[in-house]
Amino acid sequence: MVAIIDYGVGNLYSLKSSFAAIGEEAVVTNDEEVIRGADRVILPGVGAFCDAMEKLKSSGMADLLVCLAKEGKKIMGICLGMQLLFDRSFEYGEYEGLGLIKGEIRPISDVIDKELKIPHIGWNALHFVKNGCPIFKYISEGDYVYFVHSFYAANCDEATVATADYSAPLTAAVQSGNVFGCQFHPEKSGDKGLTILKAFCEI
Amino acid sequence: MITKRIIPCLDVKDGRVVKGVNFEGLGDVASPVELAKFYSQCGADELVFYDITASAEGRALFTDILCETAKQVFIPLTVGGGINSVADFDRVLKCGADKVSVNSGAIRNPSLVGEAAKLYGDQCVVLSVDIKRVNGVFTVFSKGGRENTGMEAIEWIKRCAADGAGEIVVNSIDTDGVKQGFDLEMLEAVCNAVSVPVIASGGAGKIDDFITLFKALPKVDAGLAASIFHFGEVQISDLKKKMAENNIPARI
Repeated sequence: MVAIIDYGVGNLYSLKSSFAAIGEEAVVTNDEEVIRGADRVILPGVGAFCDAMEKLKSSGMADLLVCLAKEGKKIMGICLGMQLLFDRSFEYGEYEGLGLIKGEIRPISDVIDKELKIPHIGWNALHFVKNGCPIFKYISEGDYVYFVHSFYAANCDEATVATADYSAPLTAAVQSGNVFGCQFHPEKSGDKGLTILKAFCEI
Repeated sequence: MITKRIIPCLDVKDGRVVKGVNFEGLGDVASPVELAKFYSQCGADELVFYDITASAEGRALFTDILCETAKQVFIPLTVGGGINSVADFDRVLKCGADKVSVNSGAIRNPSLVGEAAKLYGDQCVVLSVDIKRVNGVFTVFSKGGRENTGMEAIEWIKRCAADGAGEIVVNSIDTDGVKQGFDLEMLEAVCNAVSVPVIASGGAGKIDDFITLFKALPKVDAGLAASIFHFGEVQISDLKKKMAENNIPARI
């Protein structure tokens, strides 16, 4: 069973549906016992980093996630959920993250060409900088996935598995042991995206 | 690099697709769920559902089919039509829409774009504008292109982008239905005015019209069309192939 953490950020309908489409039971929950009992945990999120982090802390989910990650639970953060896994973010200030992955979140305007649009929105190709990440078992170099974001993970070479080229290589996916993160939306990336969720469920 | 997006638009009334559709291998051609699945398999990059229902019953049918589609189709889904308030945003987002398109609702209530962007993020708010030249001035029309608002279009678009509209759909009334190609002059004026993604709509009649669009205006991010896809005049898979041959970034 997959627990999709509900902490009041974003719409989780598509995410839940996408697990149903691959035949995996998924529950949207903020119940600690249910999350502890799940085989896998998804940390979703859209919106602002500081608001989301505040909600994770006040709901007790932040401490729980750190604890579960140390116990070896398989965790995947998606979009803002991936960014929350990092040490800190410089989105409109400086805020501490969960600290499960080394690195920080910075504006993509720091690194991309000035004439390119922000957010980085649409379908972009995955480029693998490391091979063998289990969530990409069914994905090939150059496969397209769907992105929507204005901030990106920086100084995280150790964890970076894949990037997407937007005049600069933007971090697309990370892994640190049992903790995974996707900047893009696998639940909005068509059949390819579903195979990423499937592979995550097979680890 | 990011690809240029191809977006079919489905007009939905009382939960059924309105325009005549005739595809081989498609059992129920008027089912939005079936058609959405079909387009997703053909390589559509996003889908727009446009609710043209007037009644409350029709609206309930629309949200039902939206939920059903979001259960089965896993590409971005935009919903437009009858969006007049933040409550309307909430209603369709809960059913699985990723973005919400506002048009007349934003004209009637100019604070709607800003309010929705604050609540759901800029990426969620799409401004759709119907534009027609009046004495040589790009002018905003409302109510499906029937009513002249008297507003200059570029100023209106700039204002909404500043308020938080994350994407702009430019629908040229002058080229819509004529099938002689997109309105390049109008689109260029919009691209030069805003830095958010611009989606071209109105005028596509054949594959080459998309090629001309993306070649002439590299700043345009996506092409949207309805009937040419529904009637099979343009197959999305053929279009994508032709884009790739012309070195236009396309997801194949």
